Amino acid sequence: MNPDFLNALIGGILIGFATVLMMHFNGRVTGISGIINGVFKRVSQDWAWRIAFVSGLFVGGLFMKYWFPHYFLNTIQSSPRTIILAGLLVGFGTIMGSGCTSGHGVCGISRFSKRSMVATIIFIGTGVMTVALKNYFLN
Amino acid sequence: MTGKNISLSFVIGLIFAFGLSISGMTQPQKVIGFLDLFGSWDPSLMFVMIGAIAVHASYFYLVKPRFSKPIWAAIYQLPTKKDITTPLLLGSALFGVGWGLGGYCPGPGITSLANLSQEPLYFVLSMLVGMALYRKVEGQWSLLK
Repeated sequence: MNPDFLNALIGGILIGFATVLMMHFNGRVTGISGIINGVFKRVSQDWAWRIAFVSGLFVGGLFMKYWFPHYFLNTIQSSPRTIILAGLLVGFGTIMGSGCTSGHGVCGISRFSKRSMVATIIFIGTGVMTVALKNYFLN
Repeated sequence: MTGKNISLSFVIGLIFAFGLSISGMTQPQKVIGFLDLFGSWDPSLMFVMIGAIAVHASYFYLVKPRFSKPIWAAIYQLPTKKDITTPLLLGSALFGVGWGLGGYCPGPGITSLANLSQEPLYFVLSMLVGMALYRKVEGQWSLLK
């Protein structure tokens, strides 16, 4: 099998396993945009597990960066303006849309949630359109 | 959530970060390559979702039904909304545009901070601002209604 496909599959299985642990032990869906947003919502009292999870995401990254730095090789040099716009859209859009690739794409689709299936098709769709348009204008 | 849940949440974050890194999701060129359907398409990231969904769905339908409650919590807290609403559609559309522009989504953004470079930092900070903006907009909207 193509090594990229195998890495993707193994990574996906690990991600799936992480989300299963979250559901089986903590009883929660692993929607990262929601987990982050929950830290800042006024009503939230349960910020501790959220901070712990996000810290784990970061510390896990540190381990991977140390052992396998090639996983962070970024060949795209986006301008700061593009990245900032991207971040704003992702932040705004994920909270408005109640989820992202982990919440809707993994957990939601696994539960056959209509909302999640629609959301995933839409964000992949506009993602594809955005890349196509970007290429069109750059070439 | 007690100390056990909090500690486990940290471990879950570690595992999730390992998965994201190995899968290629922390490399924007792979994400954009996956979204470059009409150009030089790189389908590898398709297998990330396939792998993750295979595991989660198997658990959800084969294991979870045998348990009346989570091991370390009183109840399962699953999303309750069922309708396809305008915010769902518009929000997802906007998220997709941002994802295609930068090649990052929330999880990989946080994990990529470990690279200690500028791009993920700008992304995450802007993402937090974007989230705050929507919380503000949502708040104003419900005041108006």
